[in-house]
Amino acid sequence: MIDAPAADAPAVVEIRRLWTAFPSSNGGGEQVVHRDLDLTIRRGEVLSLVGGSGTGKTVLLRQILGLEHPTRGEVTVLGQRPGQLGARDAAKVGMLFQHGALFSAFSVLENIALPLRELKLLPDALIRDAALVKLQLVGLDPAQAHKSPSALSGGMIKRVALARALIMDPPLLLLDEPTAGLDPESADGFCDLLRSLHRELGLTVVMVTHDLDTLFDLSTRIAVLADQHVIVSGLPREVIACEHPFIREYFLGGRGLRAMEALHDAPAPAAAAASER
Amino acid sequence: MPPSAPHTAPTPVAAAPSGVVSAPPRIVADGAGAVVAQGLWTVLAFSSRNDWNALAQGLRELPQKTELAWDLRPIEQLDHIGAQLLWNHWGGAWPQRLELDPSHKAVLEHVAKFTCRPPVEPRPTLADRFRSFAHNGPRGLAVARDFLQMIGQLVLDIGTLVRAPHRGPWRDLSGQLYQFGTTALPITALVGLLIGVVLAYLTSNQLRNYGAETFMVNILGLSLIRELGPVLAAVLVAGRSGSAITAQIGVMRVTEELDAMRVMGIPPGFRLVMPRVLALAVAMPLISMWTSMAALFGGMIAADLALDLSPAYFLQALPRAVPLSNLWLALGKSAVFGILIALVACYFGMKVKPNTESLGRGTTSSVVTSITVVILVDALFAVLFKGVGFR
Repeated sequence: MIDAPAADAPAVVEIRRLWTAFPSSNGGGEQVVHRDLDLTIRRGEVLSLVGGSGTGKTVLLRQILGLEHPTRGEVTVLGQRPGQLGARDAAKVGMLFQHGALFSAFSVLENIALPLRELKLLPDALIRDAALVKLQLVGLDPAQAHKSPSALSGGMIKRVALARALIMDPPLLLLDEPTAGLDPESADGFCDLLRSLHRELGLTVVMVTHDLDTLFDLSTRIAVLADQHVIVSGLPREVIACEHPFIREYFLGGRGLRAMEALHDAPAPAAAAASER
Repeated sequence: MPPSAPHTAPTPVAAAPSGVVSAPPRIVADGAGAVVAQGLWTVLAFSSRNDWNALAQGLRELPQKTELAWDLRPIEQLDHIGAQLLWNHWGGAWPQRLELDPSHKAVLEHVAKFTCRPPVEPRPTLADRFRSFAHNGPRGLAVARDFLQMIGQLVLDIGTLVRAPHRGPWRDLSGQLYQFGTTALPITALVGLLIGVVLAYLTSNQLRNYGAETFMVNILGLSLIRELGPVLAAVLVAGRSGSAITAQIGVMRVTEELDAMRVMGIPPGFRLVMPRVLALAVAMPLISMWTSMAALFGGMIAADLALDLSPAYFLQALPRAVPLSNLWLALGKSAVFGILIALVACYFGMKVKPNTESLGRGTTSSVVTSITVVILVDALFAVLFKGVGFR
């Protein structure tokens, strides 16, 4: 587990009174996904978004990225509204998509270097070296550089996608199911990698995950989405103590109990993150 | 370790509130022979063209001496790109005299540790080229074999359908008929009409020269019904439905839907290829007749306007000028075109590999190949039936 940052660290993402509604699939009316959702993510946090299927976790990530716009309310990322994304904005937010979203027409190295190349300013040698450094930073061998994404395994695709997300050293990293579809060993390796990158690069990480091991392994704070808003957010132990039926089912079912054994030998956190509600 | 610990964590780049203008990255040589780097050495700062050019200029103008002393302490922020820039400028070695902030050291150490010679991109050797050349010959045969296999499978599937018609994919068939046939009517009518008008106007000039205006009916009737209608309709359908079939089946292959069908015991040939082939075999003659009708209508209007041939005369002369066998020939060859377009499109769809590039290439090849095949087969029909339908 990673220690939580101080409670008064500057906010990286602020979500205020957010409403999201989609047109209902069975004819008229609309389906409200988020209702008056508030969430603040502070610098240095590793925040995990947890919730049942269809509670709008991925939608929330996409709204932070500016790929979707809330029906009402406000999302601020690093003091700005997301949505006017240009090539330079890749330096602010990095996103690891669930299936990697690598460009299949490009090699691994070209994929990683693409955001830098899009600036159309830096010399090729510098871009290539920087991409090679990031490639090794995520634990891949330079010999993989010229492979095409279709020749990579699932774990390697995630690593390359992470390297691409990190190429501009963004202060905010969003992860959508980072360990889904990985074997336990790769998932552990990926968690270790994320932990060391978080420490070394001073990242703020927002993560959507269903993998309880990853959840307890990495998060400094867990925010639980249910009933269309954040029902509780806080340290893992605070969240588990919550009496909401969803939380009892999610964490205190068989899988949850097994995963939580990891918590027992974790050191007590230095500073408590402020609970949202 | 808290992320704010000074000796490992560089402060995030853009976390500073926007609006605060920070110093651009600069290189300054002080009097004592030391080089001082200052400002924001981050990719965000480099992405301003003026700042980058000034910095690159500053680096170029430094004397080429290895014993330069570097002072990096005034740097406000250093990210991996900034560190890479310094490291590459140093030629991949630490300068002898270097003073820097501990938080920047970690970033530079990453870069120093991981910068390596780029791996050589494997280039095809002569042996590789020979092997791929030797592979290409048999590949043509493999295409022929796969295509033949597909036709054979189609025949077997039709046999299955005839033996047990109640188990046939009739809903698929009617859906495809609507999609390939009904929805193609407006565009084929428009194109046919315009071609008819253009053809009538062009020939009317020539015919007037010879005083042979009445032959307009023969020329339009024969060329449109026998040749242009079927070929035009086939080219349009190849572009419209052929590409759609390839993309549909190709995406199903990319998303493993085809494998899922096989696992459930649903043969893709029976459920995907056969309904499409049958639908186009039925729809294509109808569309071709529809296109010919639209073209004749356009030609009739144009003939009335340009040559004063009344529509009544046109309709009366048409059956005499064009024997009925031309219509049967056109319908027959349209059915063949439809079958070929569907088979080619399904073939390329099945051959798509699971990446976007292959999907695009497959769709293009499908359209180009089916149009080529249509025209080749049309030429074959012209040769084989050269004695049929003329008076």
